[in-house]
Amino acid sequence: MLKISESAFKAIRQHGEETYPHECCGVLLGRMEGDGKRVVGSAVRAGNTRTDSPQNRYNIDPKELIRIQREGRERGEDIIGFYHSHPDHPAQWSATDLAEAHWIGCSYVITSVEKGKAVITNSFELQGSDENDKRLVNENIELV
Amino acid sequence: MLKIHIPTPLRQYAGKQATVEVKGGTVAEALSSLISQHPDLRRHLYTEEGKLRAFVNIYLNDEDVRYLQKEATAVKDSDTISIVPSIAGGR
Repeated sequence: MLKISESAFKAIRQHGEETYPHECCGVLLGRMEGDGKRVVGSAVRAGNTRTDSPQNRYNIDPKELIRIQREGRERGEDIIGFYHSHPDHPAQWSATDLAEAHWIGCSYVITSVEKGKAVITNSFELQGSDENDKRLVNENIELV
Repeated sequence: MLKIHIPTPLRQYAGKQATVEVKGGTVAEALSSLISQHPDLRRHLYTEEGKLRAFVNIYLNDEDVRYLQKEATAVKDSDTISIVPSIAGGR
């Protein structure tokens, strides 16, 4: 389960609207609780480095991630997930999303943005023990 | 001793630590020191052929070691290494 404030949830969706028709992406900082609960403290925007195909691909520069991670650490927050948008496409994970997901135990939040308007936001936990059996599993989003 | 930052998914294989202190004069030696302390990390970082997995980025401070001298890059005790699995995807 992903617990997130209404303001952070809105900010994620608004980011997808702003970058439409391109995919947006960002990092969720917060803390891991027991029983697979992740609590978002802040959603941090990141740039999409896939300028070759931004309408259907995203990539976060590791250097930017290190900076975000450092800032989070100073506030006692860890990386607990990521978000991106699917312009004119359902809020479901794609084969590419699974193949490129490597942060097991983290949340991958996807927002569908249709004609510039954020529609549905879903969250998926990357489960598994390694690259061979990883899978994205739908999880509840609780607004707090 | 230099520090290696462990990403959240790999901490369970590193004694639940966010940072591990290691010894070594190069990135390769530092990673080897990390693996000797936490052997379960090996299969998550390296292929069966012993090569770093393609999606595993190794940063020395703020630089990708691919653009330095890769794993032969020299390190000092004041340095910080970050292990950063890639973040990508798309519809």
